[in-house]
Amino acid sequence: MNIFQKLTEKPWEPSSDAMAAAVATGPTSQIDARKLMLNIFLAIVSVLFLLIFATFITHSQYPGFESLAGEPWKPFADTTNLWLNTLWLTLSSVAMHTGLVKARRGISGHALIAMVLAIFFAVQFVLAQLWLWRDLSGMGYTLPSNPANSYFYLMTGVHALHLIGGLVVVLRSTFLLWRGGALERIQNSLKLCATYWHYLLGLWLVLFFLLTRSPETYRAIAIACGLG
Amino acid sequence: MTHVAIADQEEETHHHPTSFVAKYVWSQDHKVIAVQYSIIAIFVGVVALILSGFMRLQLGFPDTFSCINPNTYLQFMTMHGMIMVIYLLTALLLGGFGNYLIPLMVGTRDMVFPYLNMLSVWFYFVSVLVLLASFFVSGGPTGAGWTLYPPQTILPGTPGNEWGIILMIASLAIFIVAFTMGGLNYVTTILQARTHGMTLMRMPLTLWGIFIASMMGLLAFPALLVSAIMMALDLLAGTSFFMPTLVSLGDSVDHEGGSPLLFQHLFWFFGHPEVYIVALPAFGMVSDVLATHARKNIFGYRMMVWALVIIGALSFAVWAHHMFVSGMNLIFGFFFATTTLIIAVPTAIKVYNWVLTLWQGNIKLTPPMLFAIGFVFTFTHGGLSGLFLGNVIVDVPLADTYFVVAHFHMVMGVSTVMVLFAAIYHWYPLVTGRMLHEGMARLHFWMTFLGAYAVFLPMHYLGFLGVPRRYFAMGDTAFMPESAHTLNASISIFALVLMLIQTVFIFNLIWSLKRGPKAGHNPWGATSLEWQTPQVPPGHGNWGDKLPVVHRWAYDFSVPNAKEDCIPQNVPKGADETHHDGSGEHSEGKTV
Repeated sequence: MNIFQKLTEKPWEPSSDAMAAAVATGPTSQIDARKLMLNIFLAIVSVLFLLIFATFITHSQYPGFESLAGEPWKPFADTTNLWLNTLWLTLSSVAMHTGLVKARRGISGHALIAMVLAIFFAVQFVLAQLWLWRDLSGMGYTLPSNPANSYFYLMTGVHALHLIGGLVVVLRSTFLLWRGGALERIQNSLKLCATYWHYLLGLWLVLFFLLTRSPETYRAIAIACGLG
Repeated sequence: MTHVAIADQEEETHHHPTSFVAKYVWSQDHKVIAVQYSIIAIFVGVVALILSGFMRLQLGFPDTFSCINPNTYLQFMTMHGMIMVIYLLTALLLGGFGNYLIPLMVGTRDMVFPYLNMLSVWFYFVSVLVLLASFFVSGGPTGAGWTLYPPQTILPGTPGNEWGIILMIASLAIFIVAFTMGGLNYVTTILQARTHGMTLMRMPLTLWGIFIASMMGLLAFPALLVSAIMMALDLLAGTSFFMPTLVSLGDSVDHEGGSPLLFQHLFWFFGHPEVYIVALPAFGMVSDVLATHARKNIFGYRMMVWALVIIGALSFAVWAHHMFVSGMNLIFGFFFATTTLIIAVPTAIKVYNWVLTLWQGNIKLTPPMLFAIGFVFTFTHGGLSGLFLGNVIVDVPLADTYFVVAHFHMVMGVSTVMVLFAAIYHWYPLVTGRMLHEGMARLHFWMTFLGAYAVFLPMHYLGFLGVPRRYFAMGDTAFMPESAHTLNASISIFALVLMLIQTVFIFNLIWSLKRGPKAGHNPWGATSLEWQTPQVPPGHGNWGDKLPVVHRWAYDFSVPNAKEDCIPQNVPKGADETHHDGSGEHSEGKTV
């Protein structure tokens, strides 16, 4: 029964449709509830970042906004460091997915190794981001020196906070795996962790794209979004 | 894989608190959490009410009370607005009523994530503590107005621009975390834990209101969080997200390139849906109170549901009508005026349906019903003045006057509070097992209803005169006749009476806990599930050994040929009615 049919049901009529709909209802499992909660949470995080993106693009059209790329002397003219950081997060995401696949096949030992690697790569990513912050600050691109820099630190900072928050849950799931808890529960937990991790990788790629564009690209995006 | 469905879990698998602390402090029971939310919200609401009393004393009798100066006036105004909108109304409607009613109305034992629910109320408590702490720090609370517009929020000259604003931002951030934990629970529980037979369209409108409002809150509060984080960085780290280049008190500030307008957009992207986050649960609850006490099914149930959904969606596309005087592009103004007026359509549908529910009903003028009917009046009046302000050309001259104060207090303050009172009088017997004292309740209603009109109706007139809002004192202004000053004094006297009468309500709440007549089972003859629990008040786990099964919608009142004038949702078809085939005899919006 699709959502349209659900919302056009006539609950005051004891018709066969209404009865059929009622038979199909009932509480779902705790696992489905967790999955739904994660999906709603990801929607909330998406709204949070979309709003930051909208203000970023609007701000990019104000005088005095010095983008971090677009000219040879700008810090993100060379994006090698950013690609390296992307590699860490990608490896983390791949490792976590491997962990999930192994756990589903019941190979707990391999799953545990994959999860530990996922945590290691994620921590590497956070450290590499901090390194990037240090480099930029050292070059004079400090948090308050220009709105473009402020947005860079804001977006990467909020992204890193979400990753660190996720790490707490991943550590818990890995601990359960290590202790040899109920496999079904661990699999479901790893599935949610992997979904969150892939989402954060996707989000990072969007941030990467957005932060390394030239003023002309920002102008084009602003016009396309009606913000120019 | 076999999973145990949430609501199918056996009673014994649910946590059974044994100690006092586990039962009443760190409780994971949704009913205890609801009461905790409600007590904190009502307490902080009383603080905000007292602050408004101080403001009215100053406005009605200028230069009489030395304890109120321009700075404290602005601080009281800011705290009054913020507390009432967020820490009272949002928390009480969703945290209080949402928590209590969702699991009972959907027929489950508790929220899907009880631990998260417990964390939610304690985060809320901390947010209130942080907010109230700002009264005791150097400089006092922020006096920037509840909208916290930069740059003046941060600049010297605005009271509380040091610690006050920091605590306000911190408190809001903690509140948002609390709300997110609660909101995720409300939405997930409604979508995943409904008992057998409870289709979406069999849910009482209270649940629909809470569901849509929770979804809106989850998607709107991030805007407030983003603006709070960015403002905190402007304030503490010297960034320029919102702070432009300017000279303040003769000195150039260290910021450059920020845009205060961006803050306004972000704030109102949250702020306008917030109006409906508060209003939609109220819409839902008042629908159920009206139907129950008029012994009649709600008129146009499906239309009521769709109207809630449409209002929820449209409310994200009207935010800039709060910014008509910010110098925005005229085309934007036209767009937002149009969307604002369109939202009046589903809202009007709801008002018509409430009135048509009463039409030819067997109306019982019980205290909850009185407040519910009072709501229909105040909401219609507040909504009509909204049509004035939704038009750019009318809004521009009225935007900074008392007309706006009158409008939003009628539509969002008085109306919602009327529903809150209706809901408390309606569900108090379920929560406590006792009825509230009827005489005190009736006195409370009439004094509140008439008092609210005596306070807010004259403000429309003051607004037309051009009396500006937010001012500490009007002084000797040529355009204000003497009658306006007299009117201001009378408003203040009525406001104080209105405040005092609330003590009768609080007294009634406490007095009736022990001395109120025993409510018994389902005293109002309601059909929804929360009244069908084996025990009243519902025990831990709500439903005893077996969960209820739903066989019908929540509005089977006065069904033709039925033995009783209401058939609860968990009564099987045919069990309590001798003839009810649904072939037009008992259709949507019409009971024959």
